[in-house]
Amino acid sequence: MELLAVFSPLAGFLIAFLFGRQVGDKGAQFVTCAGVIVAAIASVVLFSQVNLADAPYSRVLSEWIVAGDFVANWGLRIDQLSVVMMCVVNVVSACVHIYSIGYMSHDEHKARFFAYLSLFTFAMLMLVSADNLIQLFFGWEGVGLTSYLLIGFWNHRHSANAAANKAFVVNRVGDFGFVLGIFSIFLLFDSVQFETIFELAPQMAGVQLEFLGITGPALTIIGLLLFVGAVAKSAQLGLHTWLPDAMEGPTPVSALIHAATMVTAGVFLVARFSPLYEYAPEALMVICVAGGLTAFVAATIGMTQFDIKRVIAYSTMSQLGYMFFALGVSAYGAAMFHLVTHAFFKALLFLGAGSVIHAMSDEQDMRRMGGIWKHVPATYVMMWVGALALAGMPFFAGFYSKDIVLEAAWADHTWFGMFAFWMGIAAAFMTAFYSWRLILMTFHGRQRADEKVMAHIHESPNVMLMPLVVLAVGSIMAGSAFYGGFVGSPSDEVVMRDGQAYVSAWNKEHFWGESLHVLPQNDTVEAAHHVPLWVKALPVVVGLFGIFCAYVFYLWREGLPERLAGALRPVHQLFYRKWYFDELYDLLFVRGSWSLGLVFSKKGDGGIDRFGPDGFALVTWKIGALLRRMQTGYVFHYALVMMIGLIGIVSWLVIRSGGVVAP
Amino acid sequence: MQGEFEFSAWVPALPEIFLALASMALLVAGAFIGNKGTRVVCYAALWSIAVTALILIGRDWGRSLVPGGMFVMDSFAGLTKLMILAGLFAVVAMSIRYLHQEQINRFEFPVLVMFAGLGMMLMVSANDMLSLYVALELQSLALYVLAAFHRDTAYSAEAGIKYFVLGAISSGMLLFGISLIYGFAGSTNFDMIAHRLEDMEAIRLPILVGLVFVLVGLAFKISAVPFHMWTPDVYQGAPTAVTTLFALVPKVAAMALLIRVLFGPFAAMAPDWGQIVTLLAVASMIVGAFAALGQENIKRLMAFSSISHMGYALIGVIVADEGGVGSVMLYLLIYMVMTAGVFAVILSMRRDNLAVESIGDLAGLARTRPFVAFAMAALLFSMAGVPPLAGFFGKFFIFVEAVDAGYYVLAVLGVLTSVVAAYYYLRIVKVMFFDESAEPFDPNKSLSGRAVLFVAALFVLTFIAWPQPVISIAYDASKALFIQ
Repeated sequence: MELLAVFSPLAGFLIAFLFGRQVGDKGAQFVTCAGVIVAAIASVVLFSQVNLADAPYSRVLSEWIVAGDFVANWGLRIDQLSVVMMCVVNVVSACVHIYSIGYMSHDEHKARFFAYLSLFTFAMLMLVSADNLIQLFFGWEGVGLTSYLLIGFWNHRHSANAAANKAFVVNRVGDFGFVLGIFSIFLLFDSVQFETIFELAPQMAGVQLEFLGITGPALTIIGLLLFVGAVAKSAQLGLHTWLPDAMEGPTPVSALIHAATMVTAGVFLVARFSPLYEYAPEALMVICVAGGLTAFVAATIGMTQFDIKRVIAYSTMSQLGYMFFALGVSAYGAAMFHLVTHAFFKALLFLGAGSVIHAMSDEQDMRRMGGIWKHVPATYVMMWVGALALAGMPFFAGFYSKDIVLEAAWADHTWFGMFAFWMGIAAAFMTAFYSWRLILMTFHGRQRADEKVMAHIHESPNVMLMPLVVLAVGSIMAGSAFYGGFVGSPSDEVVMRDGQAYVSAWNKEHFWGESLHVLPQNDTVEAAHHVPLWVKALPVVVGLFGIFCAYVFYLWREGLPERLAGALRPVHQLFYRKWYFDELYDLLFVRGSWSLGLVFSKKGDGGIDRFGPDGFALVTWKIGALLRRMQTGYVFHYALVMMIGLIGIVSWLVIRSGGVVAP
Repeated sequence: MQGEFEFSAWVPALPEIFLALASMALLVAGAFIGNKGTRVVCYAALWSIAVTALILIGRDWGRSLVPGGMFVMDSFAGLTKLMILAGLFAVVAMSIRYLHQEQINRFEFPVLVMFAGLGMMLMVSANDMLSLYVALELQSLALYVLAAFHRDTAYSAEAGIKYFVLGAISSGMLLFGISLIYGFAGSTNFDMIAHRLEDMEAIRLPILVGLVFVLVGLAFKISAVPFHMWTPDVYQGAPTAVTTLFALVPKVAAMALLIRVLFGPFAAMAPDWGQIVTLLAVASMIVGAFAALGQENIKRLMAFSSISHMGYALIGVIVADEGGVGSVMLYLLIYMVMTAGVFAVILSMRRDNLAVESIGDLAGLARTRPFVAFAMAALLFSMAGVPPLAGFFGKFFIFVEAVDAGYYVLAVLGVLTSVVAAYYYLRIVKVMFFDESAEPFDPNKSLSGRAVLFVAALFVLTFIAWPQPVISIAYDASKALFIQ
């Protein structure tokens, strides 16, 4: 079953990629979709076997690298955490695959597109099911590669190529930290197997490690290094600049990779290493602060953007911030809960936005939309569902997960927990605001698109709407259905049956088993169930207020946004220009590297090539030319060379043996 | 050589006797039939060679001497002779159409090839300086004539003259060396020389000088640097069929003879001759790699290629033990197959009924003749030593032996020069696959040429699947030299 869940996307990829021409576009679409759907079904079966029955296991497929003490296998670690991830990845991926049949119907390179999507899915599955760090890193790089390929899928666009490169380069920075983390783990634990690492982690709590001349607690250093990798992959503040640009890729890609799955790899990584992070409180503190800041900053930017996909992208970044500060207060279950619900409603929003873009003839600027809700009713409803879930309105998925995240932050009772809580509340307000700003600007108000676009406007085909329905159901149900399992307290789940108190299995202790490790004193999810009522209610209240503000600004009082932006010009500029991160990086890193690169890359006579490759080649060529010149064609030259050779050898031998020839 | 003539004593030389008789019979027959019978003579030659090979296979390959001790038969000689005969067979088979196309279809060609082959077979069985010399001259004289076989073209005539003059000089050196050795050791017999060397420390140095002269004569035959100068000119000038012969067979025979001389009478002097051979090997690898870089003529390129291949093979000789010789034999075997395949392609390079031999003529072969281009690419990659093709294993075993014996510098040099050599092999691949298509070649009607190409390509591609039989054949043959 686990083989089916992990390897069927690979099979789909291989067929579509290698035999794309033979099987044709239809064939490629069929095999890749079939592969992912099979995987999705298999992972749901696994969910019932592993999570509901609490029966995690792992199996080794084959040896991979064996060098001295160092062993890395191809293995599958099928525990509750990885199965949850597998379900999310496969289900969303299946939706996106099917959706793409409609969305990419006008594209010329369908087989390649679907092959990449399946390859991505496989890499992501490798990442989440790895049983050692090296395999996890393989998946980690695999998703990075496919992300690169898919962002730049429309490679005739300059901006797409630039965005793909940016994503790759920024992720290298994170990967560097990640790799250093892996090195330090091997240094400390003499192993890259999760099993061993987690077992030994408690003993390593006091160990010191020297890194860059600084001596500190080993686990904290490792935790921070791994977090650097997570920061880049999950677009946390500092290394987030690639994510908005990644919207250059086709919209299904944004939905799958840059909303639902790949960007959550960082969250998964920290959750996977919870047995280690529990002994590195300083690292958790950093994660919490970084998450809180990201949630806030991304939300501020999201309020001011006009590109529909970028708004959702910043929203993704903001929601990832929520997950990270939940991790930072040891509420791993809450973070995973938010990850799952977010995957549903964010994929829904993206695919809905894709549907809008498809309908509007590839228009992405919300200033040129508006008033189209009558033309695309189904998409409109789907977007409402997604927005309600994102804003955390009661009984939608986001409500449950966002609330538990915020409650856990408050319940941590530390300064960084409080910081994250208030940042999260502010972000919740803004989230609701920009969600309705998006809805109102896109679907309501005046029609701002030109006639040609309006004439051509049409609802998307069923093949695109069906996946939306599946995701919408997830966005509505996932919260209430999984609340008990992901974060429910055992004591809350006491049910009376046959006159006896009986603890239901549907609670977080039973659900997660050993896959998440929380020290008893850090159990903020438990504490979150006992916070004051105002803490529980506040997110909904600010959310409603945000929606109200959006209506005032964008429907009832048009022109108010411009006036407010004018009045608060510096602040608006700061938000609108994305806090100047791109400009700052451009100044600090890009220009310097660029000019350095120019120095070395000069074509022709200049540049470093003159000494390296070109230099060697030239010397080699010159030696060859010299030897060719010696080949004069004259027999007496040839004879001379032979004689010289002979005399040289004889004299050398004679001299070496002392020069005495005794007859 | 007293006593009555007893035929059974000469049985070890039966294949050679048969081949000699067949050659002379064909010579006479040819003289009567004339040039219109060339094709018939060629087929008869093929049959003779095949029968010789069958006789050889049927014989016991244990060590045995013929009366007088001039001729030795052992499994080392057996394997080498089999390789020689296979090479001769391939060359004659591929030449039939070529001779016709070039209008040099004279019946002497197959006869001369057979005489050269006879000389080579005798060479690898030589157990006496005199039989060595006579056998060597027999093959050389035949080859001189063959080089100039297309006597109407200046190139061929020039090639013949150059080869003859320089060959005469090398023969002179060889004879001088032999006489020095005879003078100090008192015998020309290999076993006797080995015996003398054990006793007398005093004659070591003069004998070593004599050995140097002998080595130079043999180095000329395998075209080891600096005695290689004839090779490019002769390869280019001689008719392609003859070049094929030069590349395939005499190299192997001369290398086997070199090994027999060095490991027979002069085994005790291994540390001394090791240094000379090292010099030859290093110089050959370097010159073979670098001088080929700018070559445009593919036959000339193959000349340098063969020089560098001989350099690699010599590394195995330097190692001077059973494994080393085994790796040389393996290398030669693989070298022969690859070279035969490449020359099958070169022989098929004809446009408007004229032979072309520039690398540029291969441009776009991948589009006009995809199978040939693919097979050729496989062979060239194999020559460059790219895994998992056969050529890689040839080099690999040589280097493994060198490293095991502590010759790290040689192994590293070998790897480095093979990197340089890879450039010119891969350039041909690049021309075939990526350059603008030139005019397509004339259709290749030669069945034998296609068969050779197919077998060679199949061999290099599938060697990795069943390497063990070939490897053990080569290594077993080398054992014969070390049981005395």
